[in-house]
Amino acid sequence: MKLFLKVWKQEGPEDEGHFESHVLDGVSEDSSFLEMLDQLNEQLLGEGKEPIAFDHDCREGICGTCSLNINGYAHGLENSTTTCQLHMRKFEDGDSITVEPFRAKAFPVVKDLVVNRSAFDKIIQAGGFITVRTGSAPDGNAMPVPKENADLAMDAAQCIGCGACVASCKNASAMLFTSAKAGHLNMLPQGQAEKDSRVLNMVAAMDEAGFGNCRNYGECSAACPKDISLDYIAKLNRDYAKAKIKKVFS
Amino acid sequence: MNQSSLLKKYLMALTGIVLVGFVLVHMAGNLQVLIGREAINAYAYALQNLPAPILWGSRLFLLVCVLVHAVTAYQLIKENRMARPRANEIEVTKRAGWASLRMGLTGSLMLAFIVFHLLHFTIRAIFPEYNDMKTTVGSPDGSEIHDVYSMILAGFQVDAISIFYVICMFLLCRHLAHGVSSMFQTLGFRSERWRGKLDLAASAYGWIIFAGFSIIPVLVIAQKYGLVNCLETCGSSCSVNL
Ligand code: HEM
Ligand code: SF4
Ligand code: FES
Repeated sequence: MKLFLKVWKQEGPEDEGHFESHVLDGVSEDSSFLEMLDQLNEQLLGEGKEPIAFDHDCREGICGTCSLNINGYAHGLENSTTTCQLHMRKFEDGDSITVEPFRAKAFPVVKDLVVNRSAFDKIIQAGGFITVRTGSAPDGNAMPVPKENADLAMDAAQCIGCGACVASCKNASAMLFTSAKAGHLNMLPQGQAEKDSRVLNMVAAMDEAGFGNCRNYGECSAACPKDISLDYIAKLNRDYAKAKIKKVFS
Repeated sequence: MNQSSLLKKYLMALTGIVLVGFVLVHMAGNLQVLIGREAINAYAYALQNLPAPILWGSRLFLLVCVLVHAVTAYQLIKENRMARPRANEIEVTKRAGWASLRMGLTGSLMLAFIVFHLLHFTIRAIFPEYNDMKTTVGSPDGSEIHDVYSMILAGFQVDAISIFYVICMFLLCRHLAHGVSSMFQTLGFRSERWRGKLDLAASAYGWIIFAGFSIIPVLVIAQKYGLVNCLETCGSSCSVNL
């Protein structure tokens, strides 16, 4: 395949950034999108130019490190797919492809296509944990969990923290991520002790980081490689209201 | 005012519910124009003569709701713009529709509409002669009362005003097509199983509001151009002849 690429180039957080055009020939349909970028970088190195910086790690769709806006879509147009799992057979020979970083104030560009997503870590630090007794491992069946809750918690726990929800939201809201992380723990017996403080603190950390407000567009869930459902946002709204009311009257 | 993002959204949804309820009642009330001069005049007279605390209490409450809704909306919009200082080179959507993307636009026009509408029919500052329209039709005791029916007919005689009203009602319809379903999500009462049904209900509600409000200016204009003949004429109190 021959591709016409328009790729974002930015020296650092302070640099304005701009697009650069590249022509890449001989791309295999079987390569992944990231392998295609590897190939482009080899070509650039061969020409004595600086390669394009992009994030990646597992390359098997489970770590949440890869990112990229591809033709405007976070992780590309395919549903339920991370960029590393997006394959070039989904494109046509001769296609023009625009590649840019995830765009949000809370995700500053480090270099080129690499953005700093540590705002998500701040949200996790604020409440994405439970208190447990350390020492010997507790008996596996000591704490019964209803099957339905276990399933719903597992669905929420699938979130890999990639940030596509933020990138696809016109308001750069982090509600889908935050609601998945809070919902996962709020649905399990182990998460009950900190339930109220969890939602209050995680939402505060989310606002603090400079994410926008949710307008219920639904773009996040549509872009999410793990299909996290909007139900978790509704649940976060519910849990937050309860926690806030309890706090006001306590 | 630096409340949490979720508190602001609750404010939007709670004030939204009040306005959604008000708009439906207001539309139902207006439809009495179709019954006739007596019905709408009597209804308007009864409303105007509610005990002052109830009348002014509800007016104040509605005004506060509109103001809180609008001020919070602009706060949210400002924060949302700051949160995404640079747009994508290619802006695309997978799911969000026009209505949800343009809540600020449709809402702002509603604000302009509300101001105009109050000046037009409630305060009657745009055409002060509306104040002189008097009749005994619809009066509970035979005394002279305000002839709301004639005011409405006269008000919609002007093509531009009728067109403005209908356009605004269409934009309100779009505002509600997203808003009414969204408000359930904001308050935590929506699930994916119900989303399709709620979206449909919100859309239906929007169109009912559009049709219910628009039918009056549309009929007045249609009658003006001789297309229909279903409204009573203005009568002696009306300066414009139908
Ligand atoms: C006065 C002028 C108005 C402005 C400036 C305005 C603006 C807005 C905006 C920007 C939103 C989206 C908020 C967000 O989620 O980011 C919104 C939501 C909404 N608006 Fe309005 N609006 C106005 C009037 C109205 C009226 C008259 C009604 C009802 C008859 C209404 C009903 C709603 C509802 C139900 C929502 C959904 C709330 C939610 O998402 O939870 N609005 N409005
Ligand atoms: S909710 Fe989905 S899109 Fe958002 S961070 Fe988690 S996996 Fe990525
Ligand atoms: S690189 Fe790990 S999910 Fe894509």
